[in-house]
Amino acid sequence: MRKTLPIAIVAGVGFFMLIQYFIPLEEFETLYEWALDWTMVIGCFAMALGLYSLTNVMVNKVRRKSPGWGYSLVALGGLVFMVFVGLVPHYQESLKYGTLFMDIFTYIYIPIQAAMFSLLAFYIASAAYRAFRARTILATILLVSAIIIMLRLVPLGPLSPINQWLVNFVLTVPNMAAKRAFWLGVGLGASATALKIMLGIERGYMGRD
Amino acid sequence: MQKKSHRCSRVVLAVFLLLLLLLLSVGVPNAQQEETTAVPEDTSAQAPAPPTNVKAYDTPNDNGHSITVTWTLSADDGAGRKNVVSYEVLRSASPDGEFELRGMAPAGENIFEDKGAKEKSDANYFPPHKDFYYKVRARSDGRYSESTVSAPAFAYGQWYHKGKTPVVVAVLLFSTFCLVFITVARKGKKLYIRPLAGIEAVDEAIGRATEMGKPILYILGLGSADMIATIASFIILGRVAKKTAEYQTPILIPCNDPIVMAVAQETVRAAYLEAGRPDHYKEENIFYLTSMQFAYVAGVNGIMLREKPATNFYLGKFYAESLLLAETGSLAGSIQISGTDEIAQIPFFVAATDYTLIGEELYAASAYLGREPVLLGTLKGQDWGKAAVMIALLLGALAATFHFQFFLNLFTVKL
Repeated sequence: MRKTLPIAIVAGVGFFMLIQYFIPLEEFETLYEWALDWTMVIGCFAMALGLYSLTNVMVNKVRRKSPGWGYSLVALGGLVFMVFVGLVPHYQESLKYGTLFMDIFTYIYIPIQAAMFSLLAFYIASAAYRAFRARTILATILLVSAIIIMLRLVPLGPLSPINQWLVNFVLTVPNMAAKRAFWLGVGLGASATALKIMLGIERGYMGRD
Repeated sequence: MQKKSHRCSRVVLAVFLLLLLLLLSVGVPNAQQEETTAVPEDTSAQAPAPPTNVKAYDTPNDNGHSITVTWTLSADDGAGRKNVVSYEVLRSASPDGEFELRGMAPAGENIFEDKGAKEKSDANYFPPHKDFYYKVRARSDGRYSESTVSAPAFAYGQWYHKGKTPVVVAVLLFSTFCLVFITVARKGKKLYIRPLAGIEAVDEAIGRATEMGKPILYILGLGSADMIATIASFIILGRVAKKTAEYQTPILIPCNDPIVMAVAQETVRAAYLEAGRPDHYKEENIFYLTSMQFAYVAGVNGIMLREKPATNFYLGKFYAESLLLAETGSLAGSIQISGTDEIAQIPFFVAATDYTLIGEELYAASAYLGREPVLLGTLKGQDWGKAAVMIALLLGALAATFHFQFFLNLFTVKL
């Protein structure tokens, strides 16, 4: 029963989601929307679970003085402070967005996030260096293709039309063919996984009997 | 004297005739000019010919809150006076009742879908199973000409979307392939599947972590628990966690979604139980970090640089953070195995990790790791599905080349 009931629920909901795609009736639409609403409700309640988990891990790290426990202390302090400024009403005209919560979010969190994202440029450079080393035939093809694509924005004089043609060819023929093959495989793989789950063949995510 | 007066009268007459001629010579061109500058007939000021043959019918393949209206274009739409600007569609509950405007269609269009809301509380609620009458009027610069009232029509929902029949056929065909091969596998027939380097490396990667006495870091991606890539990652996590339980190697799973965290905890707990080592399961190793993308990256990168895990798994849904994570893992000297169905992230993973499961390989990984015949059967079914698609693509290309529209229509999904 411990296994049968969850599998029955998964199979029932899975088959409903499958058949509702083919049945445009209002009742089925309503049930589908209802199910989506439920996932949002569960998500909101699960946030409390996440908060508990985060606090628990951070407090344990600080208490045990684990390596990097200072970061955990900063994280805990930040958590408590943001909850405080988020809950206490303190609207002030002098603040750009009216509340300290929004000002901290806009002027501290967003720039930090942007800085993190901008690191990607340097990471791409280092990854490209490794990927483009022409050690094998495949890596050489990758290198040549990358050079062709990168040169599309560079004025090459009389060579520009030729390069443009090559860029179009690379993007619309081999690249598009590979992408379509990828999507085809992903679609079939996702369908097979869904089928395995609905039929109860795959139960790895809920343990074994 | 009489002769003199007679001569005078002749002179006066001649002058009069001369003046008359002069006047006529000036007046004639004026008259011609009046004729040529006459204002042309203003066709736009006249009402256009009305649209005809108005028909209303239930919109097919819908939820029952819509009626489609068609009509024959006005004779002055694109021809005649060419003064039709648009068509206005009007609706009434009775043929003699008051008609209300339901929408407009531009000149040249002869179809309109009168769609309403399904919620009764909505102001635009469209009641099903109720007769409605329609008329269409052609509009031209403030002037209208109305059609006759259509026959009544009512909206109702359909039990089956006929436009999706090709999808039904594809689903049934693919499911049949999978079920046939599952049955074949259950009967004990050995099925060959080509080896995948990324899967072969899993055991080696876990063994390395055990030898080094370092933990394994497993990243489930940024997808929510309802995404198929995340579900596939849960399944692989179950297999990997079982091996880590057997080898007594710690596994760290920082999550960015509380639901994903809860499912991951259950998966790992069950795997440890199955491996016979429930006492080694540590719930605190599967924890929530944050739902914000780059804050999550910062947290995970910090764990990589502090804990120096021997092996990193990146399996699931990844976005811009993929390279930030994989490059940091590479700097930390970990063996890295990645897999995602996000095509834009595949090149980053290929460049920065040791093994990459590309697209469908992520879904197949569980079957490879488990080596259970039933699961391998679905892989064979997938291969046959791909073969069927390739045949259909070939036939479709031939049909398009030789204009066999009927064959192409068989594959067209009408949403």
